[in-house]
Amino acid sequence: MGETCFFTVAPHFPLSVSLINERNMSSRILPIIRKEFIHIRRDFRTLMIIFIMPVVQLLMFGYAINMEIQNIDLVVLDHSQSPASGELVRAFQGSRFFTVNYFEGGATEVESLFQQRAAKMALLIPHDFAQTLATPLPSALQILIDAGDSNTAQLIQNYANAVLQNYNAERGLVTPIDVRTTIQYNPALKSSYFFVPGLVAMILMMISALLTSITIAREKETGTMEQILVSPVRPQEIIVGKVVPYIFLAFLDGVIVLLVAHFWFKVPIIGNPLLILASSLVYVFVALAFGLLISTRAATQQVAMMAALMGSLLPTIMLSGFIFPISAMPKALQLFTYLIPARYFLPVIRGVMLKGNTLEHIGVSLTVLTVMGLFFLMISAKKFKMTLET
Amino acid sequence: MLNYAVETQNLGKRFGKFEAVKNLDLAVQQGEIFGFLGANGAGKTTAIRMLCGLLLPSSGKGTVAGFDIYKENEKIKQRIGYMSQKFSLYEDLTPAENIEFYGGVYGLKRGTLLQKRAQLLEELGLREQADMMTRSLPLGFKQRLALSCALLHDPPIIFLDEPTGGVDPEARRNFWDLIYHMAERGKTIFVTTHYMDEAEYCHRVSIMYQGEIIALASPKELKQQHQKASMQEVFIHLVDR
Repeated sequence: MGETCFFTVAPHFPLSVSLINERNMSSRILPIIRKEFIHIRRDFRTLMIIFIMPVVQLLMFGYAINMEIQNIDLVVLDHSQSPASGELVRAFQGSRFFTVNYFEGGATEVESLFQQRAAKMALLIPHDFAQTLATPLPSALQILIDAGDSNTAQLIQNYANAVLQNYNAERGLVTPIDVRTTIQYNPALKSSYFFVPGLVAMILMMISALLTSITIAREKETGTMEQILVSPVRPQEIIVGKVVPYIFLAFLDGVIVLLVAHFWFKVPIIGNPLLILASSLVYVFVALAFGLLISTRAATQQVAMMAALMGSLLPTIMLSGFIFPISAMPKALQLFTYLIPARYFLPVIRGVMLKGNTLEHIGVSLTVLTVMGLFFLMISAKKFKMTLET
Repeated sequence: MLNYAVETQNLGKRFGKFEAVKNLDLAVQQGEIFGFLGANGAGKTTAIRMLCGLLLPSSGKGTVAGFDIYKENEKIKQRIGYMSQKFSLYEDLTPAENIEFYGGVYGLKRGTLLQKRAQLLEELGLREQADMMTRSLPLGFKQRLALSCALLHDPPIIFLDEPTGGVDPEARRNFWDLIYHMAERGKTIFVTTHYMDEAEYCHRVSIMYQGEIIALASPKELKQQHQKASMQEVFIHLVDR
């Protein structure tokens, strides 16, 4: 090249000299990265998605998915009518979890109360309660719980046990009811400790996949992809150029949601914060690569967006262990969970935040995630069509 | 083979059952302005896209700049410029940023690119608008900017797919002046159009009808052969048979 001419006023063209520059890859990736940053900076919608959506979602879901139940309707059938039984009932009344009503009927009528949803739990105190309490023998109580919703039933049982334990401790009794549950890592049994890290995983997955999924589809729609395809750019250059800018942004998102999780929802950070950030970086990389993979296949932005939402949100909620424990799933479904990135990230973020896990605990998960991300990128580059063929 | 900038034999493209291009035989010489005429849907764009490597042919053979269109796509891409009717510019980038991006994608050295950018903005009369978004430029400017971006790497062969679509007559005339300048400097121009007055400016034209070439000669020869005064009449005569 070296010639400074162009068409029109330029004095002459260098005949048949082409400006072929067999240059290294990075020189063609940089312009793509730079251009992508300009797009993002000028696109208000993308900026909103990046900076506002995660915070709004975290606040919204953080409050909506609250697994603490309060004011459980409890009916008491007190056949003992003794000071001891009165004290026990007061213990339930004193807890913020229960609303106590006395009930005169028998045990069989409790069922109809459950049917009418007038009660969730019934406490049956036998007539000899006070007497046996005075002996060293264990005394019996009957607790009926409406297990129509098994999760709620489980919680009610836990709360009831806690109240009974307190009662025992206060009376200094020799364990008439034997309950020994020790709760570690989350002694306050705050569900937010459990859910907020899960939400972080869900939100990062969704936003990241969404961001990259529309980038290539948009260029197909506007026709600029055609112009890029007639240039000597290689697919892997386009893919890398498209993913790098979003790694920065998605990572920034990770920082934002983690700050909200810690300072707003008061989720403790026991482990190394840098380890959490590094893990988040690996995780958003996987999500971005996933979005890009969708983008190479989708013809329009709308299709890409729908696919990214469905492909990121549903599996992350259902199959990552975010809400439903993986160990409780059917075997076939359990195998399927190994394909879900959040399945590996959840134990990492929960482990480091709540349990103070170190790199040796989470190394395997991070390795799996890295391999996953690279695999998605490779497939994207392979699937990326250098033609306009559909 | 190397004498021709573009050469094809029996080149065809089929989309499912629909044959968009049938048995295309072309031999375009270096420095020629080759017009590709036809109504919308005649197969012009499909043909040009096959030559640029944007579509894979279904049958036949072809070379561009002496390179095989099946196997040597990368070499071809370095030697061609392509501009479509859509003027593939980024509307949310300034003209300067568009030039920078396309120059970068073609691997131009930074120094050369900056120099070229300044020169182009001057030539296109866009110096004042250098910081404006491309979307707010008049269509004629966009068209010339798109062409400039497509030619940043100074390719010897230039494909223009309906480059003047939707542009006013004066801008069209200016555009054709540019095409002449380029041809004089040894560039091969392969241009599709459905404006018949533009056909008169071409060295040779081929008329496509339903995926096939039904006439191929210089405008003068075609007019003589069919005893018509203008290419417009020749076209109507051929297509309405």
